Parts: sequence; structure tokens; C-alpha cells
Amino acid sequence: MDRNAMPVLKVENLAVSYEMRKGEVVAVRDVSFDIHQGEALGLVGESGCGKTTVAFAVVRFLHRNGRIREGSILFEGSELRGRSEEELRQLRGNRIAMVYQDPFSALNPCLRIGKQLSETLIVHRRLSQHEAQRKAVEMLNRVYMPDAEEMMLRYPHQLSGGQQQRVVIAMALLNSPVLLIMDEPTTALDVTVEAGVLDLIGELRRDFDTAILFISHNLGVIASVSDKVGVMYTGELVEQASAAEVFNNPVHPYTQALMQCVPKLGQSKESSYLPPIVGRVPSPTELPPGCLFAPRCRYAQSTCGEQRMTLLKVAPEHVVRCQFAGELVEGDLARAEEQAPPAAGRERETGAEPVLKAEHVRTYYRQRGQSLLSLFGLREKRYVKAVDDVSFGVPPGTSLGIVGESGCGKSTLAKTIVGLETPSGGELEFMGFDLLAPVSKRDWRLIKELQMVFQNPDSTLNPSFTVGRQVGRSLLRFRRVSRRQVREEVVSLLKDVRLDESYYSRIPRQLSGGEKQRVALARAMAGPPKLVVCDEPTSALDVSVQAAILNLLLALQDEYEITMLFISHDLSVVRFFSDYVGVMYLGKICEIGPADAIYSPPYHPYTEALLSAVPVPDPTVERERVVLTGTVPSALNPPSGCCFHTRCPRKLGSVCEEQVPTEQVAAEGHSIYCHIPLEELRAMEAVVTLGR
Amino acid sequence: MTTGEEAGAENRTARGALGRRVRDALAPVLASRVAVVGLALVVFWIFVAVFAPLITAYGPLEQVRGAANLGPTGGHILGTDHLGRDLWSRLAYGSRTILTLASLSILCALAVGTTLGLVGGYFGGWTDEIVMRVLDAMIAFPPILLYLIIMASLGASAMNVVLAITITGAPGIARLVRSLTLGIRTREYVSAAQLRGERSLYVMFVEILPNARGPIIIDAMLRMGYAVFAIGTLGFLGLGLPPPEPDWGSMVAQGRRYIWTNPWPVLWPSLAISSLVVGLNLFADGLREETMRYR
Repeated sequence: MDRNAMPVLKVENLAVSYEMRKGEVVAVRDVSFDIHQGEALGLVGESGCGKTTVAFAVVRFLHRNGRIREGSILFEGSELRGRSEEELRQLRGNRIAMVYQDPFSALNPCLRIGKQLSETLIVHRRLSQHEAQRKAVEMLNRVYMPDAEEMMLRYPHQLSGGQQQRVVIAMALLNSPVLLIMDEPTTALDVTVEAGVLDLIGELRRDFDTAILFISHNLGVIASVSDKVGVMYTGELVEQASAAEVFNNPVHPYTQALMQCVPKLGQSKESSYLPPIVGRVPSPTELPPGCLFAPRCRYAQSTCGEQRMTLLKVAPEHVVRCQFAGELVEGDLARAEEQAPPAAGRERETGAEPVLKAEHVRTYYRQRGQSLLSLFGLREKRYVKAVDDVSFGVPPGTSLGIVGESGCGKSTLAKTIVGLETPSGGELEFMGFDLLAPVSKRDWRLIKELQMVFQNPDSTLNPSFTVGRQVGRSLLRFRRVSRRQVREEVVSLLKDVRLDESYYSRIPRQLSGGEKQRVALARAMAGPPKLVVCDEPTSALDVSVQAAILNLLLALQDEYEITMLFISHDLSVVRFFSDYVGVMYLGKICEIGPADAIYSPPYHPYTEALLSAVPVPDPTVERERVVLTGTVPSALNPPSGCCFHTRCPRKLGSVCEEQVPTEQVAAEGHSIYCHIPLEELRAMEAVVTLGR
Repeated sequence: MTTGEEAGAENRTARGALGRRVRDALAPVLASRVAVVGLALVVFWIFVAVFAPLITAYGPLEQVRGAANLGPTGGHILGTDHLGRDLWSRLAYGSRTILTLASLSILCALAVGTTLGLVGGYFGGWTDEIVMRVLDAMIAFPPILLYLIIMASLGASAMNVVLAITITGAPGIARLVRSLTLGIRTREYVSAAQLRGERSLYVMFVEILPNARGPIIIDAMLRMGYAVFAIGTLGFLGLGLPPPEPDWGSMVAQGRRYIWTNPWPVLWPSLAISSLVVGLNLFADGLREETMRYR
């Protein structure tokens, strides 16, 4: 790459502010970077740190109350600031293209794909209708859309999420832009789909020589696409260097902490402590004096609060916003005393009788027919088989993790166990109680032992009531305390989830996402229960908060000897949290066993594909990806035989299409449902290197 | 000693918290000019209703000899009607009737409508089908026809006015509450309550209803306006309160015969009705816009 050539985009000292009711709030300040042709700059950071604001400022898509306070934005050497709206519009979609997080809202739902694609060509290139159509089909083929001709006639809702994002990327590339801005383009996608899109982005960058500004909160995704990485914190770049430098030798304390708080794919429950980042990202209206990261920094010293930090050069092309950058590189800076990790080296009880047992559990949803005949019950009844013939056992005090992509039935399984859905058949029992009845018909003693932690921190608490009242209500329900002692007990529960007494009278609106999730945990612990079902408890949280919540869950599990069912789409998190793991696909479990056994061969071909798709936060790792083709079939009409045969890269032949695979026991407690003989599965290459 | 001080401090913070809550509640009202104008009109009529005996010189039924059909003069600021009754007095006392009846009927309609809506939305399935189809059937009738049927069959009285407005207003409220319930029912805190083994009544009224209150209150304001209008209409048709009572609707009806010689007995109550209705509508609209803005 010619370093002396003019950069495609050169941003200098950019500062952006928003007009708020309280006055002007500076959201981004002192941001400088440049991107050359064919280069990808990744911006990474937690939510609210200004990544998206930077991207929007470049094309001046800021919300009406936002404005660029200072700095310059040079695009191909000419200043974008001060350009008229009309000139900018000519650039956007032509020389600069954008891809956003949600592909569905980026496409017009009333127009056919073909029309939307050819429109940009007709407007910017003044091509004829016919010529534009031809180019559009070509581009759809380029982004590996199956049946491109046919896709042109479809409407956005007829495509899957991954296909929609491919269309959006195709649209962005149609005019061969010089600069492509991608804001969390794969965040809404499943991991196997994400892997395909990331591969595509890398390939297109090589072929089209486009400069890319890539924004993501996911370190693994950033590592797999970027040449250079900028780490943002509260509106500032705190570290910028080549991707290899940032990931292998992170210098800024924030970068280091960010790397450490994400569970790695090879990290198992025994190693069990994630160092979280204490505190929360300060709001732009209440910035601390001096270094913005100092209040959360492990290395913070008294001098850190004195003045704002500037970027220091620690190596050519490597800048760090920390006054101790030099010492950090040398590695001779004293850390603050850390909270001692809870008893490392967890003992796993083996051979204990399972306390939660499921045998051939099925949960079907009745699909209402659209026709008149079905109204009178004359049509064959159709069912969505959300959970189909699932069996497992969980010994007391351990966790079973369930992983799978969206729509695989893992949430339905969770709801069935706690009683929010009624199973259609099978056997399900916990501590000798039958779990087949819905919660309204369950025995009082059972209700008390079974609690759930939900996914969305914003809706898990009732916005109308104080924390104290909500946790207290659970306590009163479970009749452990008299009314007078409630406050005391609630405070002690809050203490268990590391919240102090001042939270008692707060309302949910005043809490951050992580704090809300802690309160929800306190509420679930009121019993205290024997079984807690966690349905994606951390997937809506930032990674630093996720680490803290995961640690807390582990600590609570140890303290109260709780059995847990942990549901997540994130394989690293499940590995970190679980003793046993089950992999689900289309309502069925295709592999289940001890966590370590799942993450190394032999595995089910689907597990292999899932594992190989997880983006790893290390740019030097070259992995052979097992890319799944096609989309997940509808659960209303699942494929015959092995339900994975339509996408399986290791399909044997007609046996997969015709016969339901039987259980193959690979080891004690490790079952794989696949037709491929165990010896062959054992001989597969490991996709994850353990113990990194 | 220390406990006393602590209690005092607690009391102060409690008062501070109360003050903050009042300010928080009023903030959206004061932020919207439309809402302030509406509120001013409504507050004016509430003030008149509460202090009617203090701000009027004559009783509402008092007939002043030799002072029939007067226009606005020094003694009677709004004039008198054909029987020599002071129009301002009748208007002021009439506001008591109309405000009481309107609020009472809206409260009843809210109680009935909210319950039906919660039940339909929360339980779904057949319960929902039955409740909603019955309510749909009632919505199919033009409201004025329903008023007439109810009043004609039950007779004219204050209680029956309340009943008529409750019956016509409840279906609309139920629809609104049902749709709000459908949205809130799937929230995770509702699931959490179910997992605590809470009874359905508790979940509906304690977990769901408080979070639906915003739109319900705004809708109730608008309905209050319709109720004022309906009470006026019923009074005008002679189906409201029995004759000598000061009732804005019947005042218009009685004055109608002398409209060419003395328009004032018709004009004032008409203006009163419209100002109250407009006030309530403006207040509700302003409030709605202002609360949506910060959502």
C-alpha cells in the first residue's frame, strides 16, 4: 500500500455536539484518523462512546440537533465541512456508501429488490433501465445471492436477514464507492450468517479496493476485518494502531480491560473469572476531570485526575491517550488491588443424579390456517415444532448451557420449563415435581424453586415501581419474612447482587442496563430458588458489564447451590458459564455433553460450523471457516430425516434425508445425533485451539 | 433526640420528593402552550363550580320581579332569562351539575371499560372474542341514538345520564385498554409476576394497568369533553335534569323560544359548553403531544 498517497478520508480534530434541553453536550472530541484506499479502519468501543456519531458526522447525517463544532473532514483531499446539502447528496450513495445495522429498515418495504438496486444506478449514473437491471443482477451474483434474477422480483420481507444485508451491501457497492461506512453491519445477524457476511466484506475490499470505516462493539468482528483499529471511549480515541498491534500488545488500560473481560472461546468454567471494568461509561454531561477513564482504571494514580490526556506516540503508527503509556509498554506500572477472584478451580460433581430431567419434551404451536376450511376444522392442523423431542438431565448445582441460532427453539424450551408455555408432550420433572403444567396450575413449593432471568434489561423491571417494592414483593410472595423485615431483607438481597442500599428507593428509569439486570437477579433470588433459567441474560449488555453479571451469576450459583439453565447465542459465553452444553437446531438437540467435550472433536457438523463461525479477537488467527449455505428451514415444515441435512457440509447422502439420526454416545454423557460414524467425527480437525 | 432529628430530615426529604414529583408531573403541561390554555379554561370552570355561592348575587332559581329578559346590565352582568332569573347564577350553578355528572360518568365508564379491556387483552382467546364482539356491537350504534334509547326507557334523571354516558363510553375505553394490554402483556416483568405465582387480577391491575395509565388518562380527558357535550345535548332535548334545575343544555332549550328578542339566554350557556369542551380537548392534545415528544 502506498503510504504517501492521499488518504481517501482524513478526519482531523473532529468534535461533534448535540443540542439538548440542558444545553450543548459534546459527544465526540479530538478524533483524528485517516483511511487509505483499500484499507479498513475499525472503530470499537462500548455503547455511548461516540462511534456512530463519528460515522454520521463524516457524511453529515447527524440528527437535527447535532452539529460539528470543530475539526476538518477531508474526503479525497477536499473539505466536506461547509458543503451544501445538495453536494453532499451527490456524494452519498455515489462516492460514499453506508451500511447500517438493521438491513430491514435500510430497504424500502414496498419496492422490489430489483427496483431499489437499479434506482441508485439510474439516479447517480444515468444508466438506462435495462442496463441498470443487468448491473444489479451482476452485483447480486457478486455478493453470492442465490437465484439473483429471481431475487430482483422479491420484496425485502421475503428475504432472510442475511440475504437482506447482502442486498444492502450490493446496493452500497453498485456505484463502486471510494469509501464505505459500515455501522455494526453484522450485529443483528446470527453467527453463521455473520461469518458469511464478514468473509464477503473482506473479499469485496480486496476486489474493489474500497476504503472502509467499520464500526462494531464486537472485538472479534473488528479483528477479522480491520487493518487499523481505533478504540473509542466517551467520545475520544484512546488508542489507535494496526490491528495486530492493538490485539497483541494493547497499551491503553481501557483496551486491555476490554480484551480481558470478553470470554474467549477456549475459556472454560474452571478458569472462571472475567475481570470486569468497574463503574460505567460516564454520561457526556458529567465528565470526570482529567483522564476520562481514570475512575474505572486499574492503574489510576492521583495525577490522572489533573488534566485531560493527549495522545502519546508509543511506536510508529501507534498512539495511546494515557500519560503512563511509556510505562505501560514497559509493563512496570503498579496495578490497583484487584478484587480476589472467587475460588478458582471449580469442582465439578460427576455422577450425581440429575435434578432437572427432560424426556422427549415437545412444545408445538398451533398454526392458524388462513382459509375458510381451516376455520371449521376441516383442514389438517399445522404445528410449528418449536421444541421437538428434547431430552437432557442436569445434575444439581451445575449449569446446562443451550446454544443455537435464532429460531432454534431455545427460548421456547426455557419458557416451557418455567411454565410460561405448556408442553405438548414428553416428560419433564424437577426435584420430583412434574413440570408439564403451566405456572398457574403448579404447586406453590415448585413455583418458589423455579425462577427466570430475562434478556431485555429495559422490560425486565416494572417501570412504575421502585426497586425495593419489586424485590420486596417477591420476598412477600415467598413468605419468608414479615412485612416489617422486608426492607432489611431486600437490602441484603441487593447486597448479594453488589448494589448498595441507595438503590432501594430508585425507579428503573434511573438505572443502567447492568444495574437493572442486577435488580432482576435479586428479584429472582428472593426464594432463594433451586433452579434459575437464564434466557440470554447478558446479550443486551456491553461486554464490560456482561463480565460483571456473569461473575455475579457464578458467585450466586456457588453460594446458593443453584442449578442453572443458561441460554445464549454466544458460544464463548456459554462455554465460560456452563458445565454441560446442548446445541439446538430447529427444535432438536443435535449434540449434548460436558462443555469441554462439545468444544473439541468429535462434534456434530452443525457444532463445527457454529464454532468455526465465531469471530475471534485475534487478527493473526487464520481459520478455515465452515460456511453454511442456505437459510434455516421453517419450523412449520422441517426437513425430513436429519433436520440439518439441507445445510450440512458433510452430508452423507440419502440416509440423511430419509432417516432421523439416532443417538451416538461419544463418551460418558456426550451424545451426538448424526449419521456420520463416530470414528470419522473423531478424526475431524479442531476448529478451536483450547487454553489460549 | 437523634431519632427526632432523623425523622425531621426524613420528613424534609419526603416533602422535597413530593415537590419534585409535583413538578415532574406538571412539567409536560407547562411545556406546552396549548395545554396551558386548555388547563386555564378547565380550571376556570372548576373554580366557578366550587365557589358558585360566593361569586353570585342571586340564587339559581330566584326570580327577580320586573327583571325578565334583560341584557347584560350592572345588576345582572350576563342578563336575565324570561322568568327574570340571573343568567350568571344559573350558569355558575349549572357548571356544578355538568362537571359532577361528566366526571362521575367518565369515572364509571373508565371502571367498566378498563376492566373489560384488561380482561380481554390479558386472557385473549375466547374471552377476548366474546368481550370484544359484544362491545363492537355497541359501538355500531350511533351514540346519540343510544342516549335517546336509554333515557327514553329509563326516564330523565341525573343517575340515568351517568348510566347512559357510561354505557356509550365504556366500549371505546375498553378497546384502548385492550390494545395497551396486548402490548404490555408480553413484557418480561409480567412474565416475572406470573412466575411468582401472582393471580391474574394482581397482574392485570398492579403490573399492567399502571404502565398503561398515560394514554388512558389522556383519552379520559377527551372523553370528558364528549361527556360535557352529551350532557348538554340531553339537557337540550329535555332528557337531562328535570326543569327548574340550572342545566346548560336545558337553558339553551328554554331560551330558544325568545332567541329573536333576547339572544343572551341562548348565547351564554352555548359559549360555556364550547369553552369547557374546547378546554378539555386542548388540554388533552397538548398533554399527549408533550408526553410523546420525550418518549
